[in-house]
Amino acid sequence: MSYAVTLRNGAVVLAVALTAAACARRPVTDRPPPPPTEQPRTTPGTGGQPVPPVTQQPTGTIQPGSTQDFVVNVGDRVYFDFDSYAIRAEAEPRLEGQAAWLRRYPEVRVRIEGNADERGTREYNLALGARRAESVRSFLVARGIAPSRIDTISYGKERPIADGSNEEAWARNRNAHTAITSGAR
Amino acid sequence: MRLSTLIAVLMSALLAGLALPGAARAQSEVVVNQGVVAPTPIAIAPFAGPDGAGISQVITANLERSGFFAPIDPAAFIETNPGVDVQPQFESWRRIRAQALVVGESSIDAQGRMRVNFRLWDVVTEQQLLGFQFTATPENWRRIAHKISDAVYQRLTGELGYFDTRVVFVAEQGRGQGRATRLAVMDQDGFNPVYLTQAEGIVMTPRFSGAGQEVTYMVLGEDSTRIYVHNLETGRRESLGSFDGQVFAPRFSPDGRRVAFSIERGGNTDIFVMNLQTRGISRLTSDPGIDTSPSFSPDGRQIVFNSDRAGRPRLYIMNTDGSGQRPVSTGSGNYHTPVWSPCGDLIAFTKQAGGRFHIGVMAPDGSGERILSSSFFQEGPTWAPNGRYIMFFRQPGGGSPRLWTVDVTGRIERPAPYNLPASDPAWSPLLDPPAGDFGGSGRCQAR
Repeated sequence: MSYAVTLRNGAVVLAVALTAAACARRPVTDRPPPPPTEQPRTTPGTGGQPVPPVTQQPTGTIQPGSTQDFVVNVGDRVYFDFDSYAIRAEAEPRLEGQAAWLRRYPEVRVRIEGNADERGTREYNLALGARRAESVRSFLVARGIAPSRIDTISYGKERPIADGSNEEAWARNRNAHTAITSGAR
Repeated sequence: MRLSTLIAVLMSALLAGLALPGAARAQSEVVVNQGVVAPTPIAIAPFAGPDGAGISQVITANLERSGFFAPIDPAAFIETNPGVDVQPQFESWRRIRAQALVVGESSIDAQGRMRVNFRLWDVVTEQQLLGFQFTATPENWRRIAHKISDAVYQRLTGELGYFDTRVVFVAEQGRGQGRATRLAVMDQDGFNPVYLTQAEGIVMTPRFSGAGQEVTYMVLGEDSTRIYVHNLETGRRESLGSFDGQVFAPRFSPDGRRVAFSIERGGNTDIFVMNLQTRGISRLTSDPGIDTSPSFSPDGRQIVFNSDRAGRPRLYIMNTDGSGQRPVSTGSGNYHTPVWSPCGDLIAFTKQAGGRFHIGVMAPDGSGERILSSSFFQEGPTWAPNGRYIMFFRQPGGGSPRLWTVDVTGRIERPAPYNLPASDPAWSPLLDPPAGDFGGSGRCQAR
C-alpha cells in the first residue's frame, strides 16, 4: 500500500505503510524513487512604504477656483449618523456651497469618497460607504451638477481620517469626502 | 475501550455540549476544554536522524494546538530512545500516563531524499495504530511533519486532519492614514510566511479556491476597486476586469470555476457570479438593499449572503442561480460575513450585538445559533478543511489586528501561531488528499 502524492510545488511526498509487525526488527522496505522534486518557489516581498497623506495647508492668499479655495472656503467633507447615509440637516449648507462652487467652476471634476467608522465588517462597510457617496452625489446632481463630472467610490472603513476607538473618532470617520480630481485653478 | 474509540467518544461529548451558552467562555485567554474533557496525553518521542527533533516539535505543537492532545514533556520520558523498528517498552510509557506514543526516524537516501518512518502506538492495548513512511526533498521536512500530524489526528479522532494546510491573509503595517497592507501566505502553524504582493492600495479579503492553488482577493485603490485571481503555483495574477461600479467581496465556488462577488452601482450593492472560463457574468440579486459577502455551500448549489433588504443586515440563502432567496438568521443584532463550513453542516458568521462583535455558527436552516467568541471587534471567519476550527481576526480598540482560532464548541480559543499584525485570514483546503488510510468517519471525513 503506497500513495505517491504530488505537492503544489511539484515536490512529492510518498507515503508508504510500514509493516504492522514492528517488533520483528525488519528493515523498512525500500520503495521506488519518487519523480524529481523541486524547491518551493518563494516570492520575497519588497519592503513597501505607506504613502504619506496629502494635506492642504492654507498659506497666504487663496486663489479662487483652487482646490484650496474649495477645501477652506466651502468645506470638502460632510458627516453622517451611525449606520446611516441620510444627509444631515447641518450638512446641507455645506453641500449647497459645494454645488454653487462647482457651478461657478464648470471644468472641475470631483470624486465623492464614502467612509465608514470601524464598527462594522469590511465588506458591509464598503457598501455602506458607497451609499454615503451616492447620497452626496444625488444632492449635487439635484442642484444642477452634471453627473458626468462626479465619480464615486467607497473606502469603507479602510481609510479613516481619525485614529482612535472612541465616539469622537467614529463620528469623524463617518463621512463623505468631495475630492477635486481635475479642473481646479 | 480502544484509544481511538475513546477520543471519538470524547469529541462526541464535546459536540453534545454545543448548546451551552457562549457567555460562559473566557474572552481572550487560552481555553482548552474548560475541564469538560481532558486532552489525551500523548508522547511524541524525538525522531532520530536529520531534522528529527524538528519534526517531533512540529508534530507536538500541532497536536497541542488542536486542544485534543496533551503532549507529555520529553524530560519525563523513561524510555528515551525508542526505535521505530522495535516494540516500545509499553510499561515505561504507561508509567508517565501516555495513552498514545509516536516514534519515528528520518534518513537521507542515496538520491538525497528524506525518508521519514513513523509509528503510532496505543500504549494501553499495546497495538500499532499506524506505520507509514513519507519521502520528500529534505527542504520539505516540515510538510512531512504536518502529514504525520494529520495521520495521527485522523487516526485518533476519526476526523479529517487539517495541519498540512496554508493560510492566506493580509499582513498589516501601521494604522489610519499610515496603513500599508500586503497579501501574504504561510503554513497553518505560522511558518514560511511569504509576501505575495507589494504594498499597492489596500489589499482585502483573500479567499482560497477549493482546488487550493488559487486565491481571489480585492484591491481598494484611490479611484477604483479590482478583484484578482492569484495563482500561488505560477505567481501569475489576473484581474476579473473592469466593471461599471465598485466590485468587492469575492469568493470562489468550491470547484474553483466561478467567483461570486458584489458590484455596487449608484449606492446599491448586489451579488453577481462570474464563470472564470467564459467570463460570463450572472446577476443573482436585484433588490434595493445591500447584498454582499456571498459564500457557496460545499456542494456548490447554494449561496449564503448578507443583506439588509429587511432593515438590519441578516443572513439569507439562495440557489446559485439567484432563485429561492430566503432569510436564515433569526436572532437580533446584525449578521455579517457568513461562511459555509466545508462539511456543509454549519454556517459561521460575524454578529454585531451589544456593542461587541461575535463569531458564531448556525445550521443552514438558521437553527442552533451559538456564539463561539466575542470581543470589542472581530470578524472574518474562515474554516479549517475539517470544519472543526475557525480562524478570524480580532482588533482591540486602538490596537493592531491579530489572527485567532476557535473550535466549533467555542472551548478551544487561542491566538493563531502568527504574532504580527494581520487580518482577513483564509484557510486553504488540505494541500493533498490524505496520504493513506488513517481511518476516520467524522467531520469532513476523508474520501
